[in-house]
Amino acid sequence: MNNKTHTPLFHISKRGALPWYAAWAIRGGALILALLLCALVTTLVTGQNPIDVYITIFKGSFGSSRRAWVLFQNIAILLCVSLAVTPAFKMRFWNIGGEGQMLAGGLATAACMILLGGKLPGWLLIVIMVAASILAGAVWGGIPAVFKARWNTNETLFTLMMNYIATQLVAFFIIVWEVPKGAGQIGIINQSSEAGWLPVIGGQKYLLNITVAAVVCVAMHIYLSYTKHGYEISVVGESENTARYVGIKVERVIVRTMLLSGAVCGIAGMLLVAGTEHTLTTTITSGRGFTAVMVSWLAKFNPFMMIFTSFLIVFMERGAGQIATDYGLSQSFADILTGIILFCIIGSEFFITYQINFRHGAAKED
Amino acid sequence: MKKLLALILALVMSLSLVACGGSSNDTTAEPAADNTSANDETEAPAAEEETEAPADETEAPAAADVKVGFIYLHDEQSTYDLNFMNAAKEACEALGIEYVQKVGVPEGQECYEAAMDLVDEGCNLVFADSFGHEDYLIQAAKECPDVEFCHATGTKAHTEGLANYHNAFASIYEGRYLAGIAAGLKVKDMIDSGEITADQAKLGYVGAFTYAEVISGYTAFFLGVRSVVPEATMEVTFTGSWYDMALETEGAQKLIDDGCVLISQHADSLGAPSACEAAGVPNVSYNGSTIDAGPNTFIVSSRINWEPYFEYIITSVQNGEAIADDWTGTLSTGSVELTDVNGAVAAEGTAEAIAEAEAALEDGSLHVFDTSAFTVDGATLDSYLADVDTDPAYESDTEVIADGYFHESEFRSAPYFDIQIDGITLLDTAF
Repeated sequence: MNNKTHTPLFHISKRGALPWYAAWAIRGGALILALLLCALVTTLVTGQNPIDVYITIFKGSFGSSRRAWVLFQNIAILLCVSLAVTPAFKMRFWNIGGEGQMLAGGLATAACMILLGGKLPGWLLIVIMVAASILAGAVWGGIPAVFKARWNTNETLFTLMMNYIATQLVAFFIIVWEVPKGAGQIGIINQSSEAGWLPVIGGQKYLLNITVAAVVCVAMHIYLSYTKHGYEISVVGESENTARYVGIKVERVIVRTMLLSGAVCGIAGMLLVAGTEHTLTTTITSGRGFTAVMVSWLAKFNPFMMIFTSFLIVFMERGAGQIATDYGLSQSFADILTGIILFCIIGSEFFITYQINFRHGAAKED
Repeated sequence: MKKLLALILALVMSLSLVACGGSSNDTTAEPAADNTSANDETEAPAAEEETEAPADETEAPAAADVKVGFIYLHDEQSTYDLNFMNAAKEACEALGIEYVQKVGVPEGQECYEAAMDLVDEGCNLVFADSFGHEDYLIQAAKECPDVEFCHATGTKAHTEGLANYHNAFASIYEGRYLAGIAAGLKVKDMIDSGEITADQAKLGYVGAFTYAEVISGYTAFFLGVRSVVPEATMEVTFTGSWYDMALETEGAQKLIDDGCVLISQHADSLGAPSACEAAGVPNVSYNGSTIDAGPNTFIVSSRINWEPYFEYIITSVQNGEAIADDWTGTLSTGSVELTDVNGAVAAEGTAEAIAEAEAALEDGSLHVFDTSAFTVDGATLDSYLADVDTDPAYESDTEVIADGYFHESEFRSAPYFDIQIDGITLLDTAF
């Protein structure tokens, strides 16, 4: 190191707390930038007018009442998983096993529908399904938690690996239950009897799922902000040593929180299998367990904010899909657009936390 | 470290800002340049409200009567879906029909949603290409009785009793048989030239699942080979997925390492053809020519040409005629095709031998599953109950052997030949 003072062209420093409107202005700016970039890429590739592109994105979500329902259904499931992983994240426990916990819940649900369908009254079957999915999800989330609490294993790797085990387990049972023989798929379960299908309320297929997600959202907010458990989670998340010092049993909190996290994921899996899909595939979760990580983080673990962030992600995904359909582009193009959007949104968080100071800029003043 | 990461992130962000500002001027000049891909959207905008048209029986098939929606499992990266996409484009352009395509639709609720969405967009004919789409298409068909739903490879239309839901497939086993003859001639060539001995005449086959469609395909292929090289044997491995590049490459490699001298496949990626090209082992392909992936190993490929079916269903809707519940394309409808033989790899006289067998299949003097051509556990089969009506218990319901051959694709379009014949070894049957 030489002693000459070297001033770089710019340097980055951490911001103080930004007022909420400034933070949201940056986020809004990122969204606009994302839309601009998407329009630009689409225009370059397809030669469409960018305004048409925006209209197409909007059409993808609100083009018909059916699309709007599908949008809200997708938001509901994503929100449910995001809420599920949130308590763990607040505790600084990196549960990226939402995928596996959902699959475990879905598998338990499908098992009940296939093995008990037609043998029990409808309501009893659904009660058993709910219980089974909660139990399965909780077990899948609880295993890594116990290992973390007892032997301090790495929960990120552990929960990730549990995803693969769940996927393979589902693959195995698909072969067991496949119809017709050798086809490698189950098809719609109980298509004629509809045994174990969640009831349709208000004549709308997706209303039940949306309602459940809304209830979970409110309940999670109350749990995290107004209960002793929620407080313990925050303390453990801030500092395990502090938590120990004030007499919180950290191991217990970890296991308890992960049981809850897994259980809610299990419910999400049940909603998918019994509520809408009525089948079981290894890809039934469509990566929601991972997307949920982003939803939860972007919302700063605030359940109500998650409604907004999950809306944003689903809205853009469906818009991108619509662009692919309308302009005859492959699915990869939709993925590119989603990638651009997420890049901008995540990038905006950087500018909220840090600021760039240029050499001859206003930086001197602070 | 954290700071460095932050710096890189900031740099990328600001660069993208610059890139955005810099090139946005170009956007106004761009639209005219690349309009071809958008053409099919703009062609027939006035077709929205024509769904009741068939009712007035005018017999004048105006092109605007039909708008077709296509649902594909993957996109054009999959040889299977590409085969459908090409046929859809050809048929719709030939008939001047407006069409919409949805790619990458999984075999779940998304298929139902895609189908309903296409109906909302004014499609009065919806087609889905993957086996697992079936149940969801049936669900949509029940809700939209005015719209025709057609599905490739499905098995349920003939038992479902829905007037607007239809299955289709082709007697592709005949195509496989012909491709097998090409493979047999190649192996014979290798034996005659002393490259291998007759007892090394072992072929390999990469299958997706132990599903009737796959079993029917590889058995037909094998019988084609045996019609030329009677002492040939075959090993089959399964990937447990219809489309998995890595698993298919691995599967083909395993067979090659096992001493297989020629590989064929029934799975939809370029995995097996690429592995064959890398190892210099001849390959008989499926779904269309893969000569680009294997210029030095590709012999021939069988494929289903879906264009005749698409033209059939479109004109049926135009004319207000009923679509068959279960439609089987054949060699004579032009639905079962072989690509051009790759002269650089194939044995001499391959094209002639194929043409000869094709004529015999068409006039009925030759049957692929002739019971005198194969044995099961050492015995000739004279009776077999197949599972033609799909049910969760896999119940066998229909006698399919008569007049000395197995009647494939006659009781329903989707294959139901699921017998393990002698001479074929299954390496793994987990799927």
